[in-house]
Amino acid sequence: MSTPHATAHLVDDETTGVPTFEASGGDWSDIAEEAARLGEERIVVNMGPQHPSTHGVLRLMLEIDGETVTEARAGIGYLHTGIEKNMEFRTWTQGVTFCTRMDYVAPLFQEAAYCLGVEKLLGITDDVPERATVIRVLLMELNRIASHLVCLATGGNELGATTIMTVGFTAREEVLRIFELITGLRMNHAFIRPGGVAQDIPPGAIDTIREALSSMRHYFKQLEDLMLANPILQLRLKDVGYLGLSGCMALGITGPVLRSAGLPYDVRKAAPYCGYETYDFEVPVATEADSWSRVILRMEECYQSMNIVEQTLDRLQKMGPGPVMVGDKKIAWPAQLAIGSDGMGNSLDHIKEIMGTSMEALIHHFKLVTEGFRVPAGQVFQTVEHPRGELGVHLVSDGGTRPYRAHFRDPSFNNLQAVSIMCEGGQVADVVVAVASLDPVLGGVDR
Amino acid sequence: MTDEKTGQEKDAAAAVKPGDAGTGAQKTSEAALEAGGQNVPAARTPLEVVDVRQGMFGAHGTGDTSGYGGLVVPVVLPGPSERPYGGWFDEVVDVLTEVLDENGTGFANAVESVVVDREELTLHVAREHVVAVASALRDDPDLRFELSLGVSGVHYPHETGRELHAVYHVVSVTHGRRLRFEVTAPDADPHIPSTTSVYPANDWHERETYDFFGIVFDGHPGLARIEMPDDWPGHPQRKDYPLGGIPVEYKGATVPPPDQRRSYS
Repeated sequence: MSTPHATAHLVDDETTGVPTFEASGGDWSDIAEEAARLGEERIVVNMGPQHPSTHGVLRLMLEIDGETVTEARAGIGYLHTGIEKNMEFRTWTQGVTFCTRMDYVAPLFQEAAYCLGVEKLLGITDDVPERATVIRVLLMELNRIASHLVCLATGGNELGATTIMTVGFTAREEVLRIFELITGLRMNHAFIRPGGVAQDIPPGAIDTIREALSSMRHYFKQLEDLMLANPILQLRLKDVGYLGLSGCMALGITGPVLRSAGLPYDVRKAAPYCGYETYDFEVPVATEADSWSRVILRMEECYQSMNIVEQTLDRLQKMGPGPVMVGDKKIAWPAQLAIGSDGMGNSLDHIKEIMGTSMEALIHHFKLVTEGFRVPAGQVFQTVEHPRGELGVHLVSDGGTRPYRAHFRDPSFNNLQAVSIMCEGGQVADVVVAVASLDPVLGGVDR
Repeated sequence: MTDEKTGQEKDAAAAVKPGDAGTGAQKTSEAALEAGGQNVPAARTPLEVVDVRQGMFGAHGTGDTSGYGGLVVPVVLPGPSERPYGGWFDEVVDVLTEVLDENGTGFANAVESVVVDREELTLHVAREHVVAVASALRDDPDLRFELSLGVSGVHYPHETGRELHAVYHVVSVTHGRRLRFEVTAPDADPHIPSTTSVYPANDWHERETYDFFGIVFDGHPGLARIEMPDDWPGHPQRKDYPLGGIPVEYKGATVPPPDQRRSYS
């Protein structure tokens, strides 16, 4: 291997000889005293990467003066696993299994964006069955609720409001139970596949989701009672983490943070995919551009999502059973899944058919699974409205059975650039609030 | 694998292909490579021959007894499009031409080609003019691509002199449009002017592209690695950088790492 652009070790001459203070527990005033004794004016505090309030392995470097943050920088990369590189070595279908693990709180959005991109490259966007598209919308909107609930719950927990966390996670449990029913898994589903979805929703799922929706509404009522009239929460969140519209546009911030600054930009409306133009929903906006308005927006978005989920349920009920994968057998994944005694797996009937009666079906199954399908050369960029903003997928194909390049523009990655501008000049304690209002998920940031 | 065994395989390869007794392996002739290069849709001029693939199963040289060794497939990305581009694409290109010609950059100097593929517009921009094009796209009221969705790099090692590509995705919220512009740099001189002065959002994205591809964005405020550790040698997303990985053994069988498995080229 040649390393034409290897970089040298990071050597910072300015940091040698600078006194360091290590705090793990203990009394903060001791450190402050020692710093005062040494006459050190500039204190740099390293927050994370192992810190419970940084949503994972986010490292925040804060230069503080007393309790005021004078400079803030975010350091990332602690969860980089090379998913994009790995995807270049698997088939187009296997790629779903990888990209679902990026932002693990909202896995179905990566799957959907990636599959829409592959379908655009293949030129089969219009051939995807209606039922598959409706199931995708159903899953994505449920996932949006689950993701926002995690944001609200952990955001509350970081401020010490444990009940907000327990209620939020209990409500999310309802969504995860639906996911387990439909996809077999609570996360890392790999359920949306190029050409459709892995299988149809199981019988009885529509009624289960309707019941879950009503209990979710009950939990949301509890969350609202806990949060919206809570004076402590309001004091902590209002006017904290301010980022105005011009700042958002310059930094490419999208999602609830941009909408809290007053711009109703939502990819579902701006560049509809999966037939979002046919659904009746609104894009909530606020103008305060602070952490409190982002909490309210996320709650309102959850109600809009529940509204869309109900519309998808009506459509699924109306259209009845039908295909959930493209008709082209050279693309459609041949596996017929079924729930067996040991969990979900290949349907025994399908195995019996290909092993026992149809040699051609066996060959076809084998070729498609091991070799995969070929995708015409070219590149596409597909975006979807992720709970955290605009998720973009840049796919390049060289006409082979594997992606030549798959790049994910993760909204959390981009939005973390706003940490500096949101935190500088504020208090150390407000850093936690501001970062929570960005809602970064480090699996997506680092990929 | 010992030398002796390689020799035996050579003999076996020679035996199954009596017509090609010279070397044993099926060699692709220059003529076939050239003929393969002509298998390009006639309507378009080829722009980027990304790769020329030979054979089928990733086996090359003596090991290929598949009979597919003579297969030559050029990999060609969509070439420049002809007018009309369709939809608002013509309008945007017209306005951009006007703006760039007016401010002295010159559309012909700055934009190498316009590609419309799969209902998406790509402008291939000369690297010395990327900042001028970006600010024209952002500032002109009829263009107003005010939101940048970042930069992604692509490495095409076979495109001599244009190996490294940086692809910029921009959105016009005002007009509800989106396009991308693509800039290339040779491996020998991996420098592209930074667009952070126009789109501050590209700060981290350019750092990421530098980290993974080694493209140096001149004028970037702090071009440091972002995902990989600071002392990491090499740029992992480049095609000459191996995936790594170790074989996995399970119940006596060995599964090779993904980059060493059979590839259906």
